[in-house]
Amino acid sequence: MPRMSGARALLKTLQSEKVEVIFGIPGGAIMPVYDELLNSPIRHVLARHEQAAAHMADGYARASGRVGVCMATSGPGATNLVTGIATAYMDSSPLVAVTGQIPTSMIGRDAFQEADIIGITASITKHNFQPKKPEEVPPMVKAAFRIAETPRKGPVLIDFPRDVQVGEGDVKIPERTDYPRWHFPDRPPEAAVKEAAELLLQAEKPLILAGGGVIAAEASAELRSLVEELRAPLAIALMAKGCFPEDHPLYLGLLGMHGMPYANQALTEADTILAVGFRFSDRTITPDMSLRKDVKLIHADIDVAEIDKNVQATIPLIGDAKKTLRALLSHVKGRVKPRKTEEWLKHLEKLRRRARLPLGPERKGYLKPPKLMKEIRELMPKRGIIVTEVGQNQMWAALYLPVYHPRTFLSSGGLGTMGFGFPAALGAKVAQPDVPVVDIAGDGSFLMNERELATSVKEKIPVIVVILDNRVLGMVAQWQRHLYAGRYSQVHLGLTPDFVRLAEAYGAQGLRVESYQEFRKAFKEALKSDVATVIDVPVSPEENVYPINLPKSLVKTAIQPPT
Amino acid sequence: MSGEAKDQIFALIVENKPGVLFRVTNMIRRRGFNIESITVGTLADPSLSRMTIVIRGDEREVSQVMKNLYKLVETVRVARIPEESSVLRELALIKVKASNPQARADILNYAQIFRARIVDVAEDALTVEITGESRKIDAFLNIVKGFGVKEMARTGITALVRGGKTIEDEDKFGVVRHG
Repeated sequence: MPRMSGARALLKTLQSEKVEVIFGIPGGAIMPVYDELLNSPIRHVLARHEQAAAHMADGYARASGRVGVCMATSGPGATNLVTGIATAYMDSSPLVAVTGQIPTSMIGRDAFQEADIIGITASITKHNFQPKKPEEVPPMVKAAFRIAETPRKGPVLIDFPRDVQVGEGDVKIPERTDYPRWHFPDRPPEAAVKEAAELLLQAEKPLILAGGGVIAAEASAELRSLVEELRAPLAIALMAKGCFPEDHPLYLGLLGMHGMPYANQALTEADTILAVGFRFSDRTITPDMSLRKDVKLIHADIDVAEIDKNVQATIPLIGDAKKTLRALLSHVKGRVKPRKTEEWLKHLEKLRRRARLPLGPERKGYLKPPKLMKEIRELMPKRGIIVTEVGQNQMWAALYLPVYHPRTFLSSGGLGTMGFGFPAALGAKVAQPDVPVVDIAGDGSFLMNERELATSVKEKIPVIVVILDNRVLGMVAQWQRHLYAGRYSQVHLGLTPDFVRLAEAYGAQGLRVESYQEFRKAFKEALKSDVATVIDVPVSPEENVYPINLPKSLVKTAIQPPT
Repeated sequence: MSGEAKDQIFALIVENKPGVLFRVTNMIRRRGFNIESITVGTLADPSLSRMTIVIRGDEREVSQVMKNLYKLVETVRVARIPEESSVLRELALIKVKASNPQARADILNYAQIFRARIVDVAEDALTVEITGESRKIDAFLNIVKGFGVKEMARTGITALVRGGKTIEDEDKFGVVRHG
C-alpha cells in the first residue's frame, strides 16, 4: 500500500470516481488539498463566493446526471456553502461538498475559522463524514459518492481536518465500497405492480403525474411509452419539466400554484392517478386542489418516506421509476381497450381550448416576458439548456418556454433559491460545453450572485443571462398586489446597476434591448460570443405572472383594497 | 388512519459510531416530536447499537418518523415494538428520605412488595433499585413519595418483542404494505 497524505488520497479517490471538475475557493484549512491539486489532472473552477461554487456543482450535476463536487475552506467557507447544499438537498441533486476543517486537536476550542459544519449540515445532507486518519479518506470519499448518487440522490459533505490532509498513511483506494449497508428496494413487488396495472386499465379518467424523480431515474422514455400505451394525459411538477416533450398531444401541462388551470382541474377530476417520482409538494398541489375522495392513487417513488407523507396512496410502488414504469408497461401492453379514455381526453382538450391565459396590456417601453420566452425558445436549439432564477422569471419560463428533453430545464424548485440560476448555468455549461446555456433571471435574483461574472470570464464559460429588468422583486410585488391591496413594502430596487456597464466592468458582454427585434439580434450575438453575455430587457414592474391560483386560505387573510 | 396520539415504541439498530445518536435525535426533532424516552446499548456485535425510543404521536406521524430514520445511512433496522405483545422494562434508582426507624421499616416493606432492592443505605436515606414496566415504577413512586424522594434516575424503556420472533421478522415500518 502506497504511503501518501490525506490530501493526495482525496484527490486520487476523486480521480478514481472520474471527477472532471471541482468548483471551489481555497482558504487556510484546505490549503494542503489545494497544493496537491497542482499535481492533479482535475480541473478547478475558481468561484467568487462559496455559495456560487455549490450552485455550480449542482448545475453541473443536474445538466450531466453525474455527481457535482464543490470545495471550500473551514468556517465561513463552509457556512457559505450551506444555501447551495440545501438547494441541492431539496431537489435531490447529487453533490459531494468537501470542506477544510481546523486540526483535530483544535476542534471544539473555538479556533480561528472553526464552524461545526457537521452539525450545521446534518439536516440538509443525506450524510456527512469527518475522517480522523488519512487511511480513512478513500473509503469515506467512495462512500460519499455512493450515497450521493444512490436514489434518492442528494448532497453529502466531507469535513476534512487539516492534520488529516497533511498526515501520511498507508492508503489503499478501493475499487468500490460496500458502505453504506442499507439498500432500498430496486423494484416494487410484482403483485403490487399487477394490481396497479389493473387499476390503470379500468380507469376512465386516468392521469399520470410526473415529478423530478422521472428525470433523476432517467425514465423519460419509459414514461412516454406508458403514457402513449394508456392514452392517459400527463401533468407535471416544475421539477419534471423536460421529462416529456411539451408538444406531445397527451401533455397537459404544469400543475400547481402557477399551473395550467386545465391541468389542475384534471387532477381534481381524475378517477385514477399514477404519480411517479412526485412528492405532492404544497406548491404543486395547493390546499384547494383536492383529489376525488374515491380516487385510486398509485404512488411510485424510490423514497419510502414519500409514501403517505402528503397524500395517502391506494397502492404504493416503492422502487426505481424506470423499472417500475417498465413493469407497469409490460402488464398493460396490448390490453388497453381502444378509445376507453377518449371522452376524458376530449373533455380536457375542451378545457384547454377554453383556457385563456391573460397576457395583460402591452406597456410602452417594456417587453412582455411571455413573448420573450417564445423568442428564446425559437432562438435556442432544442437541446439548449434553460436555467432560471426564482420568482416571476422562473414561472414565466416554466409556463411559456416549452422544453423537450430531460436535463434541459434547471430550476431551484424545492428551496426556491434566488441567485441559483447564474452559477448553476455556469456549472451546466461546464458539463455541456457544446450546448448553449441561458439563465432567465430577474434583476433581484441576478444581483444575488452577479459577481460570478468574474468566474465566467476568467474560466471562459460563456453563458447567456437574460435579465427581465423590472427593478422590483417581482413575485413579492405581485403577491403584495394580490394579497396586500398593493401596499408595497421593500420590493422596489430603485436604480439597479446599469447591467450593460456592470457586465463590461467584469470583461463580459452587456447588451440592452428595447424591442423584440433588438432582442433577437442580441441573443444571436450572445450565442456566438466566447464570453458571458448579459442581455438587459426592460420589463414593467406592474407585470403579473398568470395563471396564478392563490390558495383560498391565503386570499381569506388578504388585505382588501380601500373602497 | 391517523388516529389519536399515544406513546409509541420502536427499536432501531444502528452503527455504533460517534454522532449517530445526534443524527437520530436530530431527525426526530425535525419532525417536531418530543422524545419521551430513549435507551441505547451495544449489541453482541460491538459495531452495532440498539436504541429503544418512545415518542408520542399518532400512528401515521410515527410511521413517517420511522421511515425517515430508516433512511439515515447509519441505520440498519427500524421496527415497531407493539406494546401488547412485548416485554417492556425500565429501571429506576430512587433515593428516599428515611430519617427514622419507622420510615426505614416501611420503605423496606414496600420495596419487598414491589420486588425492589435496597442498594444503598445512608443515615438519612435509602436508595431503592426497582425494575419493571413503567406503570409499576410509577406506582412505587406514588407510595414512597410521602417519605420524600430526594433524587431519582429512570432509564427509560427498553423492550423486546415476546415469543421466538425478533425485530428482524417485523414489518419495517408497520405501514408499508403492498397491494
